[in-house]
Amino acid sequence: MRIANIYNLGIKELRGLVRDPMMLVLIVYAFTAAIYTASKALPETLNHAPIAIVDEDQSPVSSRIVTAFYPPYFTAPLLISQPEMDSRMDSGMDTFALDIPPNFQRDVLAGRSPTVQLNIDATRMSQAFTGGGYIQSIVSGEVNEFLNHYRSKASLPVDLDLRARFNPELNKGWFGAITDAISSITMLSIVLTGAALIREREHGTIEHLLVMPVTPFEIMTSKIWSMSIVVLVASGLALVLVIQGLLSVPINGSIALFMVGAALDIIAMTCMGIFLATVAGSMPQFGLLLMMVLLPLQVLSGGVTPRESMPLAIQAIMFAAPNTHFVMLAQAVLFRGAGLDVVWPQLAALLVIGTLLFAFSLRRFRQFLK
Amino acid sequence: MNARPDGVAAAFSSRQVARLENVGHVYGKARALDAISLDFPAGCMVGLIGPDGVGKSSLLSLIAGARTIQEGHVEVLGGDMADPRHRQSAYPRIAYMPQGLGKNLYPTLSVFDNVDFFGRLFGHDRQERERRIGELLRRTGLAPFADRQAGRLSGGMKQKLGLCCALIHDPDLLILDEPTTGVDPLSRRQFWELIGEFRKSRDGMSVIIATAYMEEASRFDWLVAMEEGRVLASGTPADLLERTGAADLDAAFIALLPPEKRGGHETVAIPPRPTDADGVSAIEAAHLTMRFGDFTAVDDVSFRIGRGEIFGFLGSNGCGKTTTMKMLTGLLEPNEGKARLFGREIDPHDIEVRRRVGYMSQGFSLYSELTVRQNLELHARLFGMAEALIPSRVEEVARQFGLADNVDKLPEALPLGIRQRLSLAVAMIHSPEVLILDEPTSGVDPVARDGFWRILADLSRKGNVTIFVSTHFMNEAERCDRISLMHAGKVLVSDTPASIVASRSAATLEEAFVGYLEEATGQVEPDAPSSAAQPMPPAETPGTADRHPRKNRAGRFFDLRRMFAYTRREALELARDPIRATLATVGSLILMFVVGYGINMDVENLCFAVLDRDGTTISRDYTLQIAGSRYFTEKTPITDYADLDRRMENGELSLAIEIPPGFGRDLARGRQVTIGAWIDGAMPARAETVLGYVSGMHAGWLTQKARELYGDAAAASAFQLDIRYRYNPDVRSLDAIVPAVIPMLLLLIPAMLAVLSVVREKELGSIINFYVTPVTRLEFLVGKQIPYVVLAMANFVLLTTFAVLIFGVPLTGSLPTFAAAALLYVIATTAMGLFLSTFMSSQIAAIFGTALITMIPATQYSGMIDPVSSLQGAGALIGRIYPTTYFVTISRGVFSKALGFADLSGAFMPLLVAIPVLLGLGAAFLRKQAR
Repeated sequence: MRIANIYNLGIKELRGLVRDPMMLVLIVYAFTAAIYTASKALPETLNHAPIAIVDEDQSPVSSRIVTAFYPPYFTAPLLISQPEMDSRMDSGMDTFALDIPPNFQRDVLAGRSPTVQLNIDATRMSQAFTGGGYIQSIVSGEVNEFLNHYRSKASLPVDLDLRARFNPELNKGWFGAITDAISSITMLSIVLTGAALIREREHGTIEHLLVMPVTPFEIMTSKIWSMSIVVLVASGLALVLVIQGLLSVPINGSIALFMVGAALDIIAMTCMGIFLATVAGSMPQFGLLLMMVLLPLQVLSGGVTPRESMPLAIQAIMFAAPNTHFVMLAQAVLFRGAGLDVVWPQLAALLVIGTLLFAFSLRRFRQFLK
Repeated sequence: MNARPDGVAAAFSSRQVARLENVGHVYGKARALDAISLDFPAGCMVGLIGPDGVGKSSLLSLIAGARTIQEGHVEVLGGDMADPRHRQSAYPRIAYMPQGLGKNLYPTLSVFDNVDFFGRLFGHDRQERERRIGELLRRTGLAPFADRQAGRLSGGMKQKLGLCCALIHDPDLLILDEPTTGVDPLSRRQFWELIGEFRKSRDGMSVIIATAYMEEASRFDWLVAMEEGRVLASGTPADLLERTGAADLDAAFIALLPPEKRGGHETVAIPPRPTDADGVSAIEAAHLTMRFGDFTAVDDVSFRIGRGEIFGFLGSNGCGKTTTMKMLTGLLEPNEGKARLFGREIDPHDIEVRRRVGYMSQGFSLYSELTVRQNLELHARLFGMAEALIPSRVEEVARQFGLADNVDKLPEALPLGIRQRLSLAVAMIHSPEVLILDEPTSGVDPVARDGFWRILADLSRKGNVTIFVSTHFMNEAERCDRISLMHAGKVLVSDTPASIVASRSAATLEEAFVGYLEEATGQVEPDAPSSAAQPMPPAETPGTADRHPRKNRAGRFFDLRRMFAYTRREALELARDPIRATLATVGSLILMFVVGYGINMDVENLCFAVLDRDGTTISRDYTLQIAGSRYFTEKTPITDYADLDRRMENGELSLAIEIPPGFGRDLARGRQVTIGAWIDGAMPARAETVLGYVSGMHAGWLTQKARELYGDAAAASAFQLDIRYRYNPDVRSLDAIVPAVIPMLLLLIPAMLAVLSVVREKELGSIINFYVTPVTRLEFLVGKQIPYVVLAMANFVLLTTFAVLIFGVPLTGSLPTFAAAALLYVIATTAMGLFLSTFMSSQIAAIFGTALITMIPATQYSGMIDPVSSLQGAGALIGRIYPTTYFVTISRGVFSKALGFADLSGAFMPLLVAIPVLLGLGAAFLRKQAR
């Protein structure tokens, strides 16, 4: 092994990338516009949840309830008739439909405890869960306040002071920006190395390298370091300029620590790119394989939905993916301000997975060259 | 067919088949053609001669209509080629075979299917096609190989197949761009005999040919000599010889060159090799055999090459030359036999051997993204030259190989001849003792070739470098000290050129070679039965009877037969690549499993811990209320704030609760108390759910305590809220997610396949068939789309079946409605892929771009998780125009909401609109000609 060869071949990779304007545009896009729109598009908690109300009571208390729903959490409620309710929900126009029965106010005052019906479109899981709780507390709040004018009720004087740490307003955009940056890191690391290797083979240049005194180890390492640098620099700039600057997401922890984690993750991912390229026979096959690998990595790494909610088998399998650990590390460092004392297990896991992937890919790569 | 009266057109075309006026062409900054004015006489063989990169190919592609005319006026078959209407009517009368072996063929398709595809493009019906294909294959001797894949044919056979494809529609003008480059002499001879036969049977067919072989050119009727995008001279071969007073065309061409170009040219004279050579053998091969599967590429080959010898290797493409060379460089390990370099056995793992060998592979395989200097420097460094020596060595080599003027240019900007010199320079940079050169001069013009050989002679005679070179050119073979003739993996003969000629008592080496080949093909395998040996069929002209229907067809804007030609071809290619089809179907099932189980909104088993500063029964009771729910799992109690911070920071706790001191006492006395709770907000969606759970449990605990303290009446609430989770009463994530995953997968995979189907043709060159045939843009796009729509529908059936049977998601609505919507949707998603493909030129960019453009909108903006009405900004806009949004609505409606067509008609409209819009955009942006 000669360090100089690894260095020289890596420089060659970088020069090649500079001459591919389309690729550069895509890299820039992935780390700027893609992150920006993803962050801006994600609704903050409950945003403009479509709600419609069937007010069969038309009383002061029912109108109190109607006026209690307003943007940005909900759309201004649409007053509809009962028959309309079903068709609107069928066509997906409303997520929630609240039906206030006739004589609601009278029954409440008489202590008959009437029933308000809340229909939730449960195919919209995200809104269904959070929205249901919100609506319940809004309606009870209005009814109780109304009742307080009439009679007082014995209750326990216990308050619950609930606070969200690290992201007090539960701003989804912050989270979305980081998740998207991680997605871009994963995608680019795999695509840049994998596709570059396939292109070299399709153009016959890989063969040319093999008649020279360079080893497969040197060829592979050169691809890994050069592409890793590109992705690392791009993600660092994206973090500082786009996420911290443009989107003003507060970063609580150490950016340096995050970058160390990112570097380990990128190295592991580039190894995976090499592996995929050795498996794929042609570009179309690589494209399909890429989809097959990227999507699970993105969806199941804990960046989109919490890991705890996944079946145990998937949790176990995904524990072997570098992404999973990187997502944990990124959340801990960037949001919770965790230090090395907290995230060292993730760093260690990334190191182990990276080393194994490297060794495995190198073996595949050697076979592939024959 | 054109504006001229028919009589005039006929009279015109009898004189000239094509006419160029002031034609120019530039690629970026490089000028390929410069003010060319030429008349091509009709009904004869016209040859374009000149070095590589002088614009021959550009000129031919302009005449064929494959390239947009930039400057000047091109008139072909009596009409202006800049006029799309004339082009459309002229395509069926022109046939174009681009440069490169089998460039416009489809390697995975069989010989028959290739010709059949072209027949369909020109609108022949089944009977007509079978008759024509049968005849063409018989005449070219390809009939026995009708079922063989085109990619597995030898170079000569590929070119014959290309000729079949070109001649299927009886063109009036046949354009051949270097048809015999890289083809062995026997196949070359047969190729020209075929052309002669076809010209006899189709009276008056004009042929325009670009060629690098001067001896071929001397047999043409009329020649155009070109240099640097200009015409040097034109006339009959005899004219040219007379004008220059040269003995042969090679010399005549050199004489026609401007003096500064000619400068320094002299005939190559290689001094005889000193006979007192030291007898050390540089390369020794003994019984080398290489098999790939059941195909024997190299069969028991042995030879010995002395130090400083120039050893030539001759043979047709695919005869095993390259494989033998690769075994000598250690790139391939022979199945049997041994190869030695300077007496040492070649060990593919021995890096040291590689330092003594320089290898130049077939075709240009250096880095086109690095400049000449960067290429040289990189290789010098890789061979471990001392950094201090590199600049001077690069300088020296650049001078020696005539690269000094171009050191800072990119190889792509250089003519092939210079690129080949660069390849040799790179192979020589570390001063190796052995040079292995695989067809180094293929496609290089005579002047450059002579220059190249002078360098080789120098290296051999002065540097005592051993040179092992393969070539197609007989005059190059004659310059070698010894040559081997190879055919079908075997060495036919190995000797000095003179003794080979003498042994067959032939006049020239070529004749001797052809003799050996004929002898070998007679015995070995009927690789290409010589057409000359067979009686030719009576010359019939099949074209005349059905000319008229064909022409009517050509003018049509949309022709089903042409469209289905592309459909059939694409489907065949897909069928021949089972990995792609399997990945597309099985892969999407795997993805459905992953996403179905992975995206889970049910938040359970959240970890929480309590900092209990009270420690009474009542505080414990509060904790148990939370710990008892299925949503939360209690961890060891928190000891202090530092512990709380640490455990929340590392994500161990999603919820931390602090119960203040004196909680029980204060509660009993009716004093206001406050419980503190912290939620991990790093993941907002989860935090939101936790928030709901905790408030609910807190309220539940209060009601329960109130009931205990004050009786049932106090606990009775003012009203009941009856929550009905509609469509998904069990609130199963799977039921909500799976119907949304199907639309996502039916976008990602079909779009990716559709993009690559077009971009791949662009990258590999077969797109040229679209440029020069009457196929319209819409026929091309829709034709390519159909197989992928069918594949996607199969995928749809598979996914839906799995959703119902394996995931147990009930399908409550109308299945026919769902299927109809799916069909519209996959047409839209494949159309989206085709539209994207018009912007992409490399497969890498296509893959990356498509992943970026489809994946994020499909997962985030199409209502899969958050409804589109709740999105904002650009995301909301994308969500509203993205077809996936509407198919998600339909899918959920049919799966969960028991809906039929009447309820969902609103969501069908956007899909119906998307198809013509996307296809229309695709057709509008797709180029029918190269730039």
